[in-house]
Amino acid sequence: MSRVGTIARRTFLIGSATIAGGVAFGAYMVNRPIPNPLLDDLAEGEAAITPYVKIDANGITLITPRAEMGQGAVALQANLIAEELDIDPASATLTPGMPGLAYYNAATLEEGAAPGYDDSTSTQITRYMFGKVAKLIGLQITGGSSTTPDSFTKLRTAGAVARETLKEAAAQRTGVDRSQLATKDGHVILPNGEEIAYTALAAESALIAPVEDVTLRDPSTWRLLGKPNMKRLDMVAKSTGTEIYGIDCKVDGMVFASVCANPAIGGDIISFDATTAKTMPGVQEIVPVTGGVGVIASNTWYAIQAANAVECVWGPGSYPENSEKMWNVLETAIDNEDYFNDRQRDEGDVAVALETDDIIEAEYRVPYLAHAPMEPMNAIVLVTDTKCEIWSGVQAPIWTRDKAVALTGLAPENVHVYVQQMGGSFGHRAEIKHVEQAVEIAMAVKGTPVKLTWSREEDMTHEFPRPPAIARARGKVSNGQVDTFDLSVSQAAVIPSWLERNSGIAMPGPDPSIAHGSWDQPFTIPNYRVTAYRAPDMVPVSTWRSVGASGNGFMHDTFMDELIHAAGADPLVERVRLCFDGTSRKVMEEVGKISGWDGPSLGENRGRGIAFCMSFGVPVAQVVEVTNTPNGIKIDKAFIVADVGTVLDPKNAEAQLFGGMIYGLGHAINSELTYENYAAQQDNYHANEGLRLFQTPEFEVKILENGHHIRGLGEPGVPPAAPALGNAIFAATGQRIREMPFHKHINFV
Amino acid sequence: MEISVNGEKREIDVALDMPLLWVLRDELGIMGPKYGCGIAQCGACTVHIDGMAVRSCQLAVSDLAGGEVTTIEGLGTPDALHAVQEAWIEEQVAQCGYCQSGQIMQAASLLDADPAPSDEKIDAVMSGNLCRCGTYPRIRAAVKSAATKLQET
Repeated sequence: MSRVGTIARRTFLIGSATIAGGVAFGAYMVNRPIPNPLLDDLAEGEAAITPYVKIDANGITLITPRAEMGQGAVALQANLIAEELDIDPASATLTPGMPGLAYYNAATLEEGAAPGYDDSTSTQITRYMFGKVAKLIGLQITGGSSTTPDSFTKLRTAGAVARETLKEAAAQRTGVDRSQLATKDGHVILPNGEEIAYTALAAESALIAPVEDVTLRDPSTWRLLGKPNMKRLDMVAKSTGTEIYGIDCKVDGMVFASVCANPAIGGDIISFDATTAKTMPGVQEIVPVTGGVGVIASNTWYAIQAANAVECVWGPGSYPENSEKMWNVLETAIDNEDYFNDRQRDEGDVAVALETDDIIEAEYRVPYLAHAPMEPMNAIVLVTDTKCEIWSGVQAPIWTRDKAVALTGLAPENVHVYVQQMGGSFGHRAEIKHVEQAVEIAMAVKGTPVKLTWSREEDMTHEFPRPPAIARARGKVSNGQVDTFDLSVSQAAVIPSWLERNSGIAMPGPDPSIAHGSWDQPFTIPNYRVTAYRAPDMVPVSTWRSVGASGNGFMHDTFMDELIHAAGADPLVERVRLCFDGTSRKVMEEVGKISGWDGPSLGENRGRGIAFCMSFGVPVAQVVEVTNTPNGIKIDKAFIVADVGTVLDPKNAEAQLFGGMIYGLGHAINSELTYENYAAQQDNYHANEGLRLFQTPEFEVKILENGHHIRGLGEPGVPPAAPALGNAIFAATGQRIREMPFHKHINFV
Repeated sequence: MEISVNGEKREIDVALDMPLLWVLRDELGIMGPKYGCGIAQCGACTVHIDGMAVRSCQLAVSDLAGGEVTTIEGLGTPDALHAVQEAWIEEQVAQCGYCQSGQIMQAASLLDADPAPSDEKIDAVMSGNLCRCGTYPRIRAAVKSAATKLQET
């Protein structure tokens, strides 16, 4: 149980600790209270207790600022508040609220600060500082598997403050001391059994100071969190076609639009000819946008057809023109001190250890990847002389607002972003380009709302993709054990590219994500070194589900498997022996137990592989079983074990893990973006499809709770999937695959 | 031109080659069928025409030829769920949910034609519907549980 400090009505929970060694100005800036945004436009009789709970005579509204992309964030946030507030979360109205500084996300940067297993004092201070930076830069963002750790205490506290404040209002009305009151199901219960509905106390609670001194309930008393019957709140809507995604929104009087933009990402448009497009059915206006042309029509299909018919002369790209030249850039940078980024792991003496002639070497490659969520990018924008309104599914609403402010010249308070449900994201909707285009089009037809929808082809060829990477590995074994492990990774920086494009903030220093998922693994090897080389920027890149670990998990664990094989050791036993983190060891041992692990062989033409990766603080071990059929590899079964500290929504957590693994398997087998003449060559799902149902194995999932921190599961299921599959294929066939997508090297059925 | 959707006659005035999907969404405001790919690769737009699962992004509206269109909204509603929808909710299938209208329409059509499909048949028929979140294990479970429900009624 945690005792929570000051939470004033007009302030927000930011903790009372001071920053060790922080400068006074910074400390003041980061600790300055942020006003509760709900207080700005309260109606008569409405109460806003904390930025997350709003009550009036008609009902209770919970503000769930982390956006729903499919990962179950909204239900989790609602249940966290409801657990302490004593309401049925299904009875409340849920809204993402308006973008506000109060909703900054500390956890997403905190987790970037240090490896998940590291709980030293200096690491805790670093995490704290990173969390404060998130507040300074207005980082209201959904991502980094951070909703759970960021919300866990914050939202339960909000629920508890609201509950105690409502009790205080009841106490003042009835004269019964607050300590004598209880709560249940949206009511305050008096000692005589009489019940007062929260809604009936709204007006009075608005007039009193919130009760700041609250104690959070012990997990043993939870009635919602962690219970097997805890359900998501969106299942009925999503099973009846009644969930409204951004692409389904309607605004009175809206017109429909699409765009064609330079396939060289970020390139200019030199000229265009819309003569044919203008004469096509339903077309109303042709509107130039930055780097492209927009078409307004009476139906999205008309707009897409006409956008495809605009003849454009494009400017060149600002990056190498094809994939071959891009790989050359990565090859130039690797092991080249001119491109040194960081070396966060350097134990023993790798240089000396490798001065022998029995070195094992390997090179790995992972390609550009599209996020390709099912719902293409879209936004509705209305611009008038005095305001701009935006309806869109975006992960970073404050940055979205700021882009519209820059384009329209309107004041920030006159630009409103209404965050919508997202038909998937995987990082795609942490980008804002489509909203900027919609604002530009809407500025040309002021007073008319414009719904911009990208065609699938526009969407896939205008990805800000996951960057490709090359790793070179050198290692040595001795006495049946892994002795030396030296990995170099060459990749363009992803976080600075994404951050500067979307927020305008230039990120100084090295990009820690280049070696995420490799340098930060919980292993002790006598000589162990991981070096990141930062290749020059090429295609502008973005965060893709599990970010750096998506490629590094594959390259690091596959080389581990190669060394263990060379040592003649068991893949599970040797990984466990090398691991210094007890939580991670238990994860590996458990996946061995549930998969009946007794070595990589499963008989003739069959084999299994194990892989491990810790990302976002979550250790995950996966085992894949395959059969080498006459027509190709068949994935028979998959086992997943992870540790999240505390499981809040067991059913959804399981879905995030197998969903993440399916995402990882699909891309490992089937997917890449390649470039020719600056343009992505894969423009729809036929060329870039991920996994389909017939390739999906059976799953067994187990989640452990040994870790000391609560963690999120949106991403950590992805990284071990590719190496587990590759290691299994090696066990079944003797063929080692070191490049994604695997289908370039072996057939699958 | 007149078409019949979910038992209702609707008058439309569009180009003859407009795909049914865009008639439903942008002309009639029926948003259950989703746009995912436009080339019959993802199945998010799946509707029934006279009971058969069809990719509405590939059917020119003028080729409907009097066929009755049923969308997910016509299959069942939150207050009156179809057995397949009940199974989907019980199994907690959806993640982002964007593909699920199409998945459910495909599954309902499958079970209508084959009340007790084999595992192989389920895999074959449902593989035309893409899910990027990876809900497939629960789709399999929900199709089987819906089959049981339908046989009991």
